[in-house]
Amino acid sequence: MATYKVKIWRQSGPNANGHMERHIVKGIDGDMSFLEMLDHLNEDLEEQGKEPVAFDHDCREGICGACSLVINGQAHGPETTTTCQLHMRSFEEHNVSEIDIEPFRATAFPIIKDCVVDRSGFDRVIQSGGFVSVNTGNAPDANANAIPKPEADTAFDAAACIGCGACVAACKNASAMLFVSAKVSHLAHLPQGDAERRERVHSMVNTMDKEGFGSCTNYGECEAACPKSISTDNIATLNREFIRSKVGPTT
Amino acid sequence: MSSNSSNSVPCGMTTVGAKMLVALTGMALILFVIAHMLGNLQVFLPGDELNQYAHKLKSMGPLLWVARIGLLSVFVCHVGLTIALTRRNAKARGALSSNEIQIRATGERYVNGYSYETATTASRFMIHTGIVIFLFVIYHLLHFTISPDHPPVAGDELIDVKAMVIEGFSHSIVAGVYIIAQLALAAHIYHGAASALQTLGLRTDSTKPGVSKAGILLAAIIGIGNISIPICVLTDIIS
Amino acid sequence: MKLDAKIPEGPIQDKWANHKMAMKLVNPANKRKYKVIIIGSGLAGASAAATMGELGYNVDCFCFQDSPRRAHSIAAQGGINAAKNYPGDGDSIYRLFYDTVKGGDFRSREANVYRLAEISNQIIDHCVAQGVPFAREYGGLLANRSFGGAQVSRTFYARGQTGQQLLIGAYQALSRQIAAGTVQMHTRSEMLDVVVDDNTAKGVIVRNLVTGQIESHAADAVVLATGGYGNVFYLSTNAMGCNVTAAYRAYKKGAGFANPCYTQIHPTCIPVSGEHQSKLTLMSESLRNDGRVWVPKELGDKRKPDEIPENERDYYLERKYPSFGNLAPRDIASRSAKEVCDEGRGVGNTGLGVYLDFRDAISRLGEDTISARYGNLFDMYERITAENPYQNPMRIYPAVHYTMGGLWVDYNLMSTIQGLYVIGEANFSDHGANRLGASALMQGLADGYFVLPQTIADYLASLGSDHQRTPIEDQAFVDAEEAVKSQVNTLLNINGRRTVDSFHKELGRIMWENCGMSRTKSGLETAIEEIPRLRQEFWNDVKVNGTADNLNMSLEKAGRVADFLEFGELMCRDALAREESAGGHFRAEHQTSEGEALRNDDDFCHAAVWEYTADDEAPVRHREELDFENIKLATRSYK
Repeated sequence: MATYKVKIWRQSGPNANGHMERHIVKGIDGDMSFLEMLDHLNEDLEEQGKEPVAFDHDCREGICGACSLVINGQAHGPETTTTCQLHMRSFEEHNVSEIDIEPFRATAFPIIKDCVVDRSGFDRVIQSGGFVSVNTGNAPDANANAIPKPEADTAFDAAACIGCGACVAACKNASAMLFVSAKVSHLAHLPQGDAERRERVHSMVNTMDKEGFGSCTNYGECEAACPKSISTDNIATLNREFIRSKVGPTT
Repeated sequence: MSSNSSNSVPCGMTTVGAKMLVALTGMALILFVIAHMLGNLQVFLPGDELNQYAHKLKSMGPLLWVARIGLLSVFVCHVGLTIALTRRNAKARGALSSNEIQIRATGERYVNGYSYETATTASRFMIHTGIVIFLFVIYHLLHFTISPDHPPVAGDELIDVKAMVIEGFSHSIVAGVYIIAQLALAAHIYHGAASALQTLGLRTDSTKPGVSKAGILLAAIIGIGNISIPICVLTDIIS
Repeated sequence: MKLDAKIPEGPIQDKWANHKMAMKLVNPANKRKYKVIIIGSGLAGASAAATMGELGYNVDCFCFQDSPRRAHSIAAQGGINAAKNYPGDGDSIYRLFYDTVKGGDFRSREANVYRLAEISNQIIDHCVAQGVPFAREYGGLLANRSFGGAQVSRTFYARGQTGQQLLIGAYQALSRQIAAGTVQMHTRSEMLDVVVDDNTAKGVIVRNLVTGQIESHAADAVVLATGGYGNVFYLSTNAMGCNVTAAYRAYKKGAGFANPCYTQIHPTCIPVSGEHQSKLTLMSESLRNDGRVWVPKELGDKRKPDEIPENERDYYLERKYPSFGNLAPRDIASRSAKEVCDEGRGVGNTGLGVYLDFRDAISRLGEDTISARYGNLFDMYERITAENPYQNPMRIYPAVHYTMGGLWVDYNLMSTIQGLYVIGEANFSDHGANRLGASALMQGLADGYFVLPQTIADYLASLGSDHQRTPIEDQAFVDAEEAVKSQVNTLLNINGRRTVDSFHKELGRIMWENCGMSRTKSGLETAIEEIPRLRQEFWNDVKVNGTADNLNMSLEKAGRVADFLEFGELMCRDALAREESAGGHFRAEHQTSEGEALRNDDDFCHAAVWEYTADDEAPVRHREELDFENIKLATRSYK
């Protein structure tokens, strides 16, 4: 059982001033997940009649992408995983007893409360073109189109993105290029995505800019912070798609 | 979160389009730097080659001006877009509120901060090395091209470039400035070259190993090539 | 309560086609005049919202998460079934239908299941067209695997993230409609009541979770796609936010709740590590293809697994079910694990766990092969437990995973309230008493993409040309809004001593002990006494901090736990009334001499549908008799 000195961002609303609040959290087992440590803190706060710290979380198995904390300066903390799959033993083993917790900050991710941010900008990027325009109904037989396995695998690697926003939080420019490129690349590698590939990349990049995300300066921090190890190769793919949309042959 | 005039990219470009122009102009500038270096390295040749090369350039007449204007516009485009993007990026990251500045002043480690995991030092200081190069270019033009204090060459209006170079670099401060600027340039190219290939979508599975080496190689060649001249002057290898 | 399943006439394979022809259509020009509210954005909700939007209806979709992409469908790992018969191993629509009815222990409605099997193929076609990256063979065609003991390979999958890929597909289709303006998306919004007038759904009352605003939304039809209620057990594999509130509030407004006791307990979850545990993690049951399940023969044997010699190990599944062995169905594998732990032979610190051992598979196939098959699962296990499963056997224990019960719906997916539809896990329709592996995704998408958009048109068209939507100024809305506000204020003003979570944990313990894997009359009766006591304590002594006018996660949780505290009792009543063992419902009194589930087809071949009466009155149990015209009732045997 370990004790941690926790400092956590408290901000009562979108326009309020925030501050780092100090807490001593006792009785933490190495098998507890990071969010269970915060549950523990929140139970203490509730018992004292104080408002618990708000943070986003849902599936707690690393797939929904809701959890979003910057832990000691790193999006999702020191390991390549989501905040919910980070365990306290990872601090215990490295004798880290002070933990600073902050939201995923970016101008395009305004804070709603405490560590909860608004990531709807990502949804709007997808709405602007991150789909295949096919209505429910009479799609051709699923095996009508053979897709080479390597292409399908590459598409899958890109499609594994969980939309958590760690790439934006980790980027000094708050760029969303890894997120946007993952979707562009997923659909660009499949024949289903071919018909709309020109408009897609164009429209998604425009929306990304409009939402106020920064530009990519190829630091690679996004890839390092990504819990699903989405590769910056996708950014090169997006760039190729972008050039193609400008100068490539119209099909 | 809609854009406003101060955080948009010039000429209605997207950030991706702007980055591509930065990459293209950067590559053009690298080519210029290489050509410039190859010209200068003729200082190591025993005879009058450097001066002849300089005179040949000078005698190009209007063509020279076309080249100069072309180079200048590439340079302005590269610098201007980079400044616009950098400002935009700072906005995207979010300025510290006065409250956050206060909190940070109390010694908080991470308020609105982030720790780097993989970004190279060169990549993090691109704008800084860029500014150093920019200032250096101005100094360099004043020093060697525009400055009227060239030592005259007997019986001709042309100048003795080789003598001028040797004379200039024999001052350790001048040589020092050049060396520092060339180190900044090498660092800039180290990240910039690889980054430009990525931005232009030229980094693919097959080119990947080459791309990361391209930056190192170009930086090393240009750095060593350019720095060798003041070093050799200072150590009297060229005289 | 009148239960008319509205099953179409005709032979089973023609019912859906005939029905589609018989249903009224809405004129394309009129579609946008109809407003449909969809609650939930998982596979069922997102696919329904997208399709209704494509058809031109005016759709409002609500979810409590910050984005529709985060609904819990995303966590499904294994795959999605379809009767494509691509491998040519003898599969057919009829076989999928047969397997699903049998797997559901003959407690589902034949016509619905047949339709599900029929639609399964269209789902795969549509998802591939959307760009869902299913696994492929080297030839570029889709790969299939066998799953959950099925004797044909009919499961399509996308690594271990099938749910994620299908949900993202539906989310993208939904996003396209949001951009087109046909669907208005309301995120971070929780439905707290359905507005019903004259037994017809008129709209919903929603709390905006960011501003705390209580809002009324009127519609011509309301669709609940709000998932399952496994979190009544506190610990389950469900996401933290999964809840019964929308379904339960609909029940209190007159929708019948069918078979709430049918709970699927998944055998291969990571055991609880301590009091702090907030949720349980499932590992794909494909692990049982190569892992061997065992416990020590001796009671309380605390030796390390590698110190226990072969002859002192009890491979109890292989011993009890020689032909299926470690691949025995989920309910049987789960119950057997509980039995050996109850005997005191469980492993790990808590004694609540059994070994799943890959030692023999590794020595037979090599570590590389095992890693290629299960690498991501082994990594996940190691991340959570800090134990290396290549060196030590995994510890597993069953956990609540899926709930087959749900709001009763007819063939059109309409509940007992007119114009209130229920789709996906939230309804009771297709899985009977037990769901087969890889069938949940299939049902959610069948309902959302292909069934609801067709059947809802029939209802909307029947409203007539002079139909007027009830305005939100109507008394029905005003009253419902008042009731919701008053509950919010009550919760905030109790100001007691106990936290919401402490009540939820206590309820979970009562439910798990008495209404979990094995149920008894006396246990259920105890629970039916204890839950009202706990509920009363909750309303006297709960402590909810903060205010109602902004993001207040304790308040959200308090409302959900308040509903679980009522719903848990309903589950126990249903389990008590069902005097038989069937699928996910095992009554210790009803078993064979060998400890197998014993169905009672004479008295219980029906869906039990509960009607709410009043807060302090027992609900009324109705029945929908189930006719098996195509498949003969038989006893499941896995010996």
